[in-house]
Amino acid sequence: MKRACFLLLLSAITFSGCFPSGTRGHAQPEELLLATTTSTADTGLLDFLLPKFEQEYNAKVRVVAVGTGQAIQLGRSGDVDVILVHSREAEEQFVNEGFGVKRYDLMFNDFVLLGPSSDPAGVIGARSVLDALGRIASRGATAQGVVFASRGDDSGTHKREMALWEQAGLGTPRGEWYSSLGQGMGDTLIAADEMRAYVLSDRGTYLSMKDKLRNLSIVFEKDEDLFNPYGIIAVNPQKHPSVNFRLAQELIAFFTSVHVQQMINEFGVDRYGQPLFFPNSEQWWLEHGGE
Amino acid sequence: MLLGQMVSGLFEAFKLIIEGDPEIYTIIFLSLRVSGIALFIATAAGVPLGAWLGLTGFPGRRLVVALVYTGMGLPPVVVGLVVFMLLSTTGPLGSLGWLFKVPGMILAQSIIALPIVAGLTMSAVGGVNKNVKQQLVALGASPAQVRWATLSEARMGVIAAVLAGFGRIVAEVGAVMLVGGNIQYRTRVLTTAIVLETRKGNFGMALALGIILLIISFFVNAAVLRLHRKELGES
Repeated sequence: MKRACFLLLLSAITFSGCFPSGTRGHAQPEELLLATTTSTADTGLLDFLLPKFEQEYNAKVRVVAVGTGQAIQLGRSGDVDVILVHSREAEEQFVNEGFGVKRYDLMFNDFVLLGPSSDPAGVIGARSVLDALGRIASRGATAQGVVFASRGDDSGTHKREMALWEQAGLGTPRGEWYSSLGQGMGDTLIAADEMRAYVLSDRGTYLSMKDKLRNLSIVFEKDEDLFNPYGIIAVNPQKHPSVNFRLAQELIAFFTSVHVQQMINEFGVDRYGQPLFFPNSEQWWLEHGGE
Repeated sequence: MLLGQMVSGLFEAFKLIIEGDPEIYTIIFLSLRVSGIALFIATAAGVPLGAWLGLTGFPGRRLVVALVYTGMGLPPVVVGLVVFMLLSTTGPLGSLGWLFKVPGMILAQSIIALPIVAGLTMSAVGGVNKNVKQQLVALGASPAQVRWATLSEARMGVIAAVLAGFGRIVAEVGAVMLVGGNIQYRTRVLTTAIVLETRKGNFGMALALGIILLIISFFVNAAVLRLHRKELGES
């Protein structure tokens, strides 16, 4: 059934593709399915960039905003044309297994460690994020009122959190103080705010929800270990002939171009006083000195 | 590929049940505990309410009936939202500390089940043949005896009402997700685990949990109906 719908969609796309691309405005827009993480959709970045792409290429991009795990799965099954995610290892595996053609660096943002302003674990002033997590784990096990809320959903953010616990030599945390929620970033932040818990969040989602989170503030940030790169990958048409590979590559070329990278760099500054994402494409670094 | 995942989901379901994965059993028992207690509360309040509405007439009854029927269609996620706001630290019941804990989930599911149990009980009681009542009165039965006889005539419908309530809350995800928070080992139930596994892209696992949910529903229904048949056979 699903397959049939896709074939129908595909035939619509091939037909519209028959028109020379110069006849903009007349031809039916081509459809492109993009699976991405909730962070890019929730922050409004895609709403900001995609209309420009749609206009320039006479396309209609449908966005499926899910966790990184599900986004990659949608790419594997050929249900989308292109994925935009942030989980480097999983992305590389996706390409190595032949589901994706090539991974392009797109942008990065960073993670911040949030916690109640009272800072019961004494994280403010920690030497590194690993030190900060160590303090939360040891105080959490002994003291009342020290709680950590985890995404627990296999998302890019969750995977990063687990890697950090591992790096800090704490293995997989368990215990009363550790709540693994299995929810999206926004839901987890709301829960952490209610529970007065520590939580790892991407900066973008945190800034966009900041005024709703009464109890949370940044307790640790700006550590190299908190760097969070996003990649974009077109689904391999040799695995799934139904995908719109050409338009997917055009979207990638658009996103990685210097002028769109500049737009990414400016996105959110007017509202939050700081950018939410930082440009990271090859073209951008060629232009802006990679020296 | 997806078809393959459906088949493997089926196998996985049986594997999970047989192997007795402790986390799966925690999730199953929590589902049963939350929905079971919520159903008990909804039944204790809803059956008398439904019976009363079905048996008596009073001014404004039609409004109450309309409200109960509307309540039967309450979206669980809306109930979850309202209960969340009530139990939030800044909400009126915040001091209870029930948010992201089992009592909060039970409260939300009781609210969802109550109108269903009450509404269907009311229909069952109201649907008892009028002639039966008239005959009883003619035979000299007291009003209390008539009421009792009507209720016992409507027994099958009341059982169906309770089962419908159970089916609704054991399968709902909106309220337990919002109020419980889907916390591993503590508030994660079958439906929220299904959402989580789907989001992770583990469609096979998600389907396996769905099948377990169906199996539970099947056995609960079969057990109740069997109990009822036995009782009929004896009388």
